[in-house]
Amino acid sequence: MHVPDGFINAPVSVATGAVAAAAVAVSLRGARRELGGDGLGGERTAPLAGLVAAFIFAVQMLNFPVAAGTSGHLLGGALAAILVGPCTGVLCVSVVLLMQGVLFADGGLTALGVNITDMAVTTTVVAYLLFRGLVKVLPRKRRSITVASFVSALVSVPAAALVFTFLYALGGTADVSTGKVLTAMVGVHVLIGIGEAVITALTVGAVIAVRPDLVYGARGLSQPLELKVTPVAAPAAPGAPRPEPVAAPVAASEAAPATEAEPKAPAPRSTKRVWLAGVAAALVCAGGISYYASASPDGLEKVAQDQGLDKQEKDHAAKDSPLADYSVKDITDARLSGGLAGVIGVGATLAVGTGVFVVVRRRRDAADAARADDRTPEQV
Amino acid sequence: MGAGHAHKLYRHGHSPVHALPAHCKIAAVFGFVLIVVSTPREAVWAFALYALLLAAVAAAARIPAGFLLKRLLIEVPFVAFALLMPFVAEGPRVHALGMSLSESGLWGAWNILAKGTLGVAASVLLASTTELRALLLGLQRLKMPPMLVQIASFMIRYGDVITDEMRRMRIARVSRGFEARGVRHWGVLAKSAGALFIRSYERGERVHLAMVSRGYTGTMPVTDEVTAGRAQWTSAALLPLAALAVCLLGWTL
Repeated sequence: MHVPDGFINAPVSVATGAVAAAAVAVSLRGARRELGGDGLGGERTAPLAGLVAAFIFAVQMLNFPVAAGTSGHLLGGALAAILVGPCTGVLCVSVVLLMQGVLFADGGLTALGVNITDMAVTTTVVAYLLFRGLVKVLPRKRRSITVASFVSALVSVPAAALVFTFLYALGGTADVSTGKVLTAMVGVHVLIGIGEAVITALTVGAVIAVRPDLVYGARGLSQPLELKVTPVAAPAAPGAPRPEPVAAPVAASEAAPATEAEPKAPAPRSTKRVWLAGVAAALVCAGGISYYASASPDGLEKVAQDQGLDKQEKDHAAKDSPLADYSVKDITDARLSGGLAGVIGVGATLAVGTGVFVVVRRRRDAADAARADDRTPEQV
Repeated sequence: MGAGHAHKLYRHGHSPVHALPAHCKIAAVFGFVLIVVSTPREAVWAFALYALLLAAVAAAARIPAGFLLKRLLIEVPFVAFALLMPFVAEGPRVHALGMSLSESGLWGAWNILAKGTLGVAASVLLASTTELRALLLGLQRLKMPPMLVQIASFMIRYGDVITDEMRRMRIARVSRGFEARGVRHWGVLAKSAGALFIRSYERGERVHLAMVSRGYTGTMPVTDEVTAGRAQWTSAALLPLAALAVCLLGWTL
């Protein structure tokens, strides 16, 4: 997937280089915050991020056999984002790409901006946003972290393929139509994404089982659990019965203040289920249907594309806005643009929906806290 | 740990190319690749001249051709893609060897092959004539953020350690009779990856504490300030300037 020199033309390479530099600059600042820990300064950043980068470099060499002699390996963007946070993730994957480019000549020097924008920034940011959104929506359990990391890794790889296709449409030097590149890239990368998702979810699960405090994406989750566990089940072993104490206080709170809890308890669970189903359905529609839609009409539209090709190139040179460019380009293949719009739409909807949900949840939590304060003196 | 920890990518030598300061070489290679990429693909002879320029540099650095060619193999996946291109690209078709090939696809394949190979060859030459540490310091002198350079140097320094840790895990798995054959065994491999992450992160924490106890405050002291004189910059600029001349000829002819 490393783009070599000469694959993307010079202006787009320079532009993506600027994007990559800006992203790295932002993440340098953010990584200091993510790795700084409590009260420690930024001097923790370099050793920790360096070792995480070495980990990503090593784990990309770990081969996962698929079947009949073929094997795949992890790309690591989503894994890094979930384990160490988005900024450190961007930084680590960028450093890995930089070193691969300079030392191993894997990926061109002028294509470094393209590679970083595509493989470091897109995968990490998409995976992390999706992961946070899902963790907010799903119930607070260890299993939902696994589910969230599965989905976020699954989406992050085709998203990178999408961004690559976009960059290719802007400045590709080869004369293969954007539709074909999109079909091939997204099709192949949906498959790669499934493998990536399984491995990422399993790896995150393995880390969470041993050191849940190390998983950046689950930081908010572990603390409330710890607080509830200590008073209820002091003699319990730390490993196995962790789900039980979680269930116990919930049941207790449902049983004791029956008048208040009864109308409240089923409501959030049902909305969560609806949310989950909606997200799943939307992703299936956006990913799956666009794939099928784009696969079948290729032969039909070949003539149209052949005729429209020179026109497209003129438009391409004249247009400034990339979105305008996209819509112009995709007039010839409307179904593809539909699929693309679907994926973008899911992303946008998720972002907006999560934002609304966060606000609502914060308000409700505040209200709950106020009520709990009222309740405790009565019970005691 | 001791002396002799040069990376296997580096080829020790005392040629004039080895003696140049790292940042001059990085700037020269980057300029060269940029010029190659912006050359029109129809000027086929220009790419032959570029290849001659690189061969001259390799001869000056006394890098054997076999070493260079072996390292070029990294490009193979994209060669496969480039070979596929004449079959899938649009446009007018040419018939050769009983196959119908797209004319623009052929040009595109040539474009990627030529420019990609030259870029890979240039960075292989850079990596094999410059020591790793000098390379990182050179990037720092070229105004790459010091923090990024530090992260990269930690990654390089501990990359082999982490890779070795992974190798030991593999040996431990194999010695217990485990052999990964398919998707069903991914769980075990993923657990290894998770353990590897925890070990790497904890090693990072230990390294940090060890460094803090030796007075580390977040910046590395620069002990050997390498500066480049005018003569060194001039000799490093020979490659991109020659390439620029070729490129300008390619645009005008």
